[in-house]
Order: sequence, then C-alpha cells, then structure tokens
Amino acid sequence: MNRQATQHNPNRRIRGGSGLLRLFVTYLALALVDAFAVYLMYVFAADGVIELAVAVGVVTIGVNIINLRQGLYALRWIAPALSLMVLMVVYPIVYTVYVSFTNFGDGNLLTKQQVIRILAQETYLPEGGNVYAWAIYANPAGDYALWLTDRNDDDRYYFATLGGFEAVASIEPGADLPEEYQGYRLLGRKDALQAARKAEDLVFGSAAQPIGIAGRREAGEFAQRLVYQPETDAILDMQSASLYRAVYEYGRDETTGEPHKTGQFVNGQGKTLRTGFIAGIGTQNFSSFIERDDIRGPLLRIFLWTISFSLASVFSTFALGLFFALIMQNQRIPMRKVFRTLLIIPWAIPGLISVAVWRGMLNENLGVISNIIRAFGLEPPPFFIDPGWAKLGILLVNLWLGYPYFMLVCSGALAAIPTDMYEAAEVDGAGWWRKFRDLTLPLLLVAVGPLLIASFTFNFNNFTIIEAYDEGGPPMKEAGNLPAGHTDILISYAFRLAFGSGRGSDFGLASAITIVIFAMVACVTLLQYRLTKGWEETSENV
Amino acid sequence: MSSPVRKRKRYSLGQNVQLALQVIILVAAVVFALFPIVWVASAALNPAQSMVTQSIIPLLPEVRVVYAKQPGTLLQIAAPNGTRVERSAELVLLVEVDGKEKELRAIKNGYVENIRVSVGESYAEGDALYDISSSYFINFDTLLNTPRKPFLRWMFNSCVIASLSAIIIVLITAFSAYSFSRFRFYGRRSLLVLILLVQVFPNLLALVAIYLMLQQIGNHIPFLGLNTAGGLMLVYIGGGMGINIWLMKGFFDSVPRDIDESALVDGASHWQVYWYLILPLVRPVLIVVGILSFVGTYNEFVLARVMLRDKDTWTLMVGLWQYISANFAQDWGVFGAGAIIGALPSLAIYLMLQDQIVGGLTQGAVKG
Repeated sequence: MNRQATQHNPNRRIRGGSGLLRLFVTYLALALVDAFAVYLMYVFAADGVIELAVAVGVVTIGVNIINLRQGLYALRWIAPALSLMVLMVVYPIVYTVYVSFTNFGDGNLLTKQQVIRILAQETYLPEGGNVYAWAIYANPAGDYALWLTDRNDDDRYYFATLGGFEAVASIEPGADLPEEYQGYRLLGRKDALQAARKAEDLVFGSAAQPIGIAGRREAGEFAQRLVYQPETDAILDMQSASLYRAVYEYGRDETTGEPHKTGQFVNGQGKTLRTGFIAGIGTQNFSSFIERDDIRGPLLRIFLWTISFSLASVFSTFALGLFFALIMQNQRIPMRKVFRTLLIIPWAIPGLISVAVWRGMLNENLGVISNIIRAFGLEPPPFFIDPGWAKLGILLVNLWLGYPYFMLVCSGALAAIPTDMYEAAEVDGAGWWRKFRDLTLPLLLVAVGPLLIASFTFNFNNFTIIEAYDEGGPPMKEAGNLPAGHTDILISYAFRLAFGSGRGSDFGLASAITIVIFAMVACVTLLQYRLTKGWEETSENV
Repeated sequence: MSSPVRKRKRYSLGQNVQLALQVIILVAAVVFALFPIVWVASAALNPAQSMVTQSIIPLLPEVRVVYAKQPGTLLQIAAPNGTRVERSAELVLLVEVDGKEKELRAIKNGYVENIRVSVGESYAEGDALYDISSSYFINFDTLLNTPRKPFLRWMFNSCVIASLSAIIIVLITAFSAYSFSRFRFYGRRSLLVLILLVQVFPNLLALVAIYLMLQQIGNHIPFLGLNTAGGLMLVYIGGGMGINIWLMKGFFDSVPRDIDESALVDGASHWQVYWYLILPLVRPVLIVVGILSFVGTYNEFVLARVMLRDKDTWTLMVGLWQYISANFAQDWGVFGAGAIIGALPSLAIYLMLQDQIVGGLTQGAVKG
C-alpha cells in the first residue's frame, strides 16, 4: 500500500507551472475570508459587542499572517484548529472573566448602544402638537401615505406622503375619503392592517412637519421622547425635561451609604429609566460572596460539598475498581472476558440515562430499591428529601457510573507490574497485605495517580449527575430567592444562577463563581503536572 | 511415564476456596452492574407504564370474558367508527382485566375499547381476549408515536449532530496533528502545552459566554445561532480540538519519519505525503478519535439543553430529559423504552471496540 503510494506520487505532482495559479487561489480565498470577517466585525461593532468584533479580528489577522508568511507554513495546517479554539474556547474564557466584573443579568442585558436605540423608539405628543385620525394609502410602487383628519377640526384634511405634507382643500367637509388621491389608492380594511404594521416605524410628512402613527386611531406630530445626548452622556426626557444620567460608578454612596444604581440612567430624583445597560461593577460580584447573606452561607456549603463529593467519588470508584481489577487478575476465573464485558457496561451507557434510571429506582414511594427495603420491614430512606441521604444517593450512583473506568485502568497498570517482584517479596516472607501495601499500591499509584487527579477535576464539574439526580435539590432555605440546593456543586450552582428558570438570571454572579472554579481547576491541574512531570513529556517526540 | 504428561498444576484447597470466593464476588458485582439495566429494560417492556405497577418480569394484564350477554357467536358489529353501542345493542361483554370486572360497550373500528374482538367469532365465559394496549411494545409504540415528543426527530438530530461533529473534528485535528508531528517550528512546544492547558477548562464553564456569543452570531448568520444544529456543532467542534490533537499527535509520532522523508526527497509535496502516505497509516487513530467524539457528542446534555430551545431542534438527551423532569413516575415505562433505544448506539460502540478503547486507556495509564 505504502510503496504503491510512494511510486504513485511523482505522477501526481502539481508543483511547478501551477505555482502562480495556486498563489492566486490562495489570495482569492483569503480575500473572501477577510471580506466576510470584516463584515462580521462591522455588524458586531454596530451592535455594541466590541469584544466579539475584536475576537473575530484577532483570528482573522492571525489567519492572514499565517497564510502570507512562507516561514509559517507549518502553522497553516494548524490554523483551522487554532481559529476554532480561540473563538470557541479562549474567547469564552476571557469573556467570562470580563462578565464577572459586570452587572450583566436580568434588567441589564443589553449594551448601552442597544439600550439607547431601544429607548429612542419611545415617542410622545409634544404640547400644542396636532393629533389626527388617519387612513392609509399606497401607490403602485408600494410607498405608503396617510390621509389625516384634524381631531380638533373635522373639516380640515391633510395628506402626508413620505417626505411631503399638504393641506387638502378639494373635498367637501364630511364627505367620504377619496378612493384615490395623487396616485395613491385607499387601502381596504385587510390590507390597511398589514400596511399599518409596516408603516408604524415610518416618519411621514416633511421635515418641518413630521407625522407618525401612534395608535390604531391616532397619528400626529409625535416626537422622540428619550433623546441621548453624547456630550453629557445622558438621556433627556423631552416630555418632563428631566435629564437621566448614565451611572457607571459602583460601590456605595459615601454620604448616604446607598448602593449606586450602576448601569442605569438616573435622574436628579433618583428615578431610573426602565432599561438598564451592562456596566462594570468592579469586584462587587466577588465581594458579594462574603457580603450577601443569601450567598455567603450557601456558597460555603456548596463549595465544601463540591470538594467532598469529588474526593469521595474518586476514592470510592478507585477503591471498587481496584478491588475488581485485583480479583480479575486471577487467571483461573472462568469466562474472565465475559465478566469484564458485563462489568464495564455501566460505563458504556450515556450518563444522563443511567442517572435517571437510578433516580427512578431510588424513588421513595415507588422505586424498586425502596420497595426492597420495605420488604425487609424497614422504612426506605428519603433519598431525595433529606440532604444527607440525597448526597449518599448521588455518591452511590456515581460509584456505579465510575468504577468500570478504574477497573480497566487498574487492570492495565497491574498487568505492567513485573511478577518477579512479587516472587522476591514472597521469598522474603511478605503476606498478601504487605505485598499489596508496599508493592502493588505504590507502583499502581505512580501509573494511576494522574488519572485520579483528572477524575477529581472531572467530578468537580460533573454537572450531569447532579442535574439528572435531582436538579440540585433539596432546596437550601438560607438562599432566599436565589436558586441553591443541598446537592448543588459549584458548576450547577453557577448554571442555576445564570439560567435558573423563573428566578431571573445573574450572569455576572454566575461568571464570578465560574472564575472560582477556573482557579481551582487550574491549581489542581498544575499539581497534576508537578506530579507527572507532564511538562517534560511535551518535549518528548520522535 | 506419568510425570511428563502431568502438566496441570495442582491447586491447594485454599486456592480453590479463594477462587470460589472471587467468582461469588464477581457474580455479585455483575448483579450490581446490571440490575439497573435489567430493571429499566423490564420497565420498557412492561405495558403497565408507570412505576407503581412494575414487576421485574413484565406481565401482560390478563383479559378474560367472564360473562357474555349473548353467549355464542358474536354478532355483526355494524357500527361505524367511534359509535358507541349501547347496552341493548349486539354486544355486551363483561370482561375481567387484572381482577377487575369491566363492561365493554364502545366499539371503534372493530375494537371494543382496547380489546379486540373479531366479528363472527364466538366467545364464551373464560375465553382470553387480546388487549391491544398490552403488547410488550406498547411503550415503544407510545414513544415513537407521540407528536408532542418527536422521539425519532430527536434521535435523527442527535445522529446528524454527533456524526458531523465527529467527522469535522477528525479532519481538523488530523491536519494539526500532522503539523505538530512532522514540522519543527518556533513555538511548537509552547503551543502544544498551551492547547492542553486551555483544554483543561471544560467549555461547560463558559456556558454563559458561549450562549451569548451564539445569540450574537445568530443575529447575522442564522444557521450558526442559538437554537440551531449548526451553532451547537460549532460549540462541540471548538471544544473537541485540544484533547484530540494530542491523542492524534501521539499516534502520528509512532509512524516512522523515514517513510515521509524519502517521499519528500523524491519531490512529493507535504499535502501528498499527508494524504497518500500518513493518513492510511494512522487510520486506527482516526477511527478512535471519530468514535469517541461521536459518543461524547451524542451523550452531551447540558450545552444542548441550553442552546436548543425548540422541540424540533432538540437532541435525544434533551428530549429524554423531558420524560425525566416531569411526570417521571407516570412516564417511567416510556422513558425506559427511550433509554433503551437511546443507549444502544454508545453501548454497541463501546462493546464492539472495548479492546481498542481499553488498550488506549491502559496504555495511557502505564505511560503516565
């Protein structure tokens, strides 16, 4: 196969004459990618999502450099993977760090530009402005126009096109509206409804006399109510003439002790506009870990449970896996392969499904395990109501899910321990316990140690089991309005803060907790590398 | 004469007792491992549907005629679809369903409620009737035919998303692995370490950021936004880079470099070396990476649940979650059916490839 391929190669050479063509194709492709990237950056920036525009920009520049510099040929092969990683892994991490220092969440979901744009749509009727009843017309080109009847004086009519406004004098007072006027036809009831929906955002009339539709019956010289003034960075309410200043400061007011209304437009009386924007609030999310009563207690408990859950899971799965692996070492066991296959089945089933099955089996009233316990005349434990039992249930389920992995790993590692070491130990008169403690275990831990740590970090973020077991329940009372349960681990707590349905989202706080997880995972990983000298391994190559 | 033939070792009584104990422990372990699976399989096959009435061996409810008002031949049932036939009409059967007496009157399309009676047959007391709602596969039937919960659609979505993601991950990471394995360039080592480090953070952690990013992207590129298979695949592919590049690179390294060096000397381009020489040689690792990615993506639940909002875009796991999070005890049988079908792909893959996967695992363990 190889030889054939090697011989085949020279005939397939595409080098030489086609070099120019290739260069051209490269440039063309690159130009297309760049054009698309520039478009994306433009629309993202226009939405005020500068960070995403920057991320796209960085990736694009990187791709360009890599493809244009001959010296970076090797990187061209890696460019797709790198681009994807930067966009889908690195950028989200950086962005999470950024969000953790903001008030991002319900009530503050949009950037300032987006909020200003939304608020600008609000209109009001200035004093002295005329109000009209309206009917909608359209010309064959699809432009709309409005026939206006003065509300204060039924006999005065006006006709407003897009860009024109004139008084109509030619019809009798009280007469029906003309079917056709200046090339515009009056629309029937059904068409009018559709047209009105489209015309709602249009401004009719001349520059001096702007007319907008305000309701089903009203049109008038409506004006924009909330006008953003860049020079003062404030929004002026034209109706009440009060000025809403954008507030960026965070922390508490020094004189009153009140927290600042960060990310809101606030006027002199302390009133805010209905929509807030995303603003930096410094380390407020982090300090709320300690300062807020509804976070401090739950967070500490969740933190401790996360660590004990991970440790207990690693220890139990490893112990059981090792135990089975030791037994399986005996070559005389009949059908060893069959046993192994059957024993790894829990590992091969999607986690969500297995946990759900256990959830059904442990059900206090109807579950089979509860029924079995009841058959012995005992009261089945409240696996989902009592925090302690719920935790025990989760550990049991995780043991079932996790032991096959360590069984497999330990089997491999045990097989690698040379048998003559055992023989030597036996000659020295060591019993099985001494052999296990002083020989098997140390040698095994060298090989399996890093995997134990990896398993710890995996369980540290094992969202699926927590969610599928009981969605973090039973709920913690001291968390108040915030979602927190006794079996929640950090990641599921953060998830609930961000996406917890019905209780509002606090992306900022959730991200801050995520940062804590980042830090923990990073520490553990560093420890892992210390132990395995993984840094050196990376330099090893053929 | 006797000694050379006797190769078989004699075992002491202690060793035999030990063996027996070990086998007993293993059998107990197998029971522990398989009980939940057997139990859910039994639930899936049990027409009783809810958790209350489940028994380990699924039993079809027994339906017997206890009294037929008109013993003998069942008369013609002439009623059109859905007509209720009153007591006075041709057929009144008193039947016993699981010990409870039930009088059947309504006739639908040849069925008397759920019990099928054949026109022209004769029935007498004690006759067994066939209850169409109590087939062993009624849960599967419900699962596949509930329009509100389009299971087949979810299954299809899952398969498409998982296989496309796996293919793209293999394509892209193989390129990178080739470069890391064959080229020597400035920053190569640090880049490798960086990739591994970044990969330590599961993308689950940056859920919020990814959610918002997809939302933003979706405003301008609709097929990559929230609530689309494209967007979710983008997340999966992005998250599947690091670890798989490492896995592949390790295998690429094990292919001797002289093979491609001689080809390069002969004037082959890197592309040709990659395509015609290396790829056929590393096919095993391509398959392993592809399959692991497939299974991982297929089983993923959290990201999919957050990113996909519409029922029609859901993946299998998100759909199954609907059975779990509400009315779990009532839907237990149907969930069981879904669980069995849903677990099949990954179960089949693991069991078929257990030697390769175990090999990879233990190799990594021993090497570490």
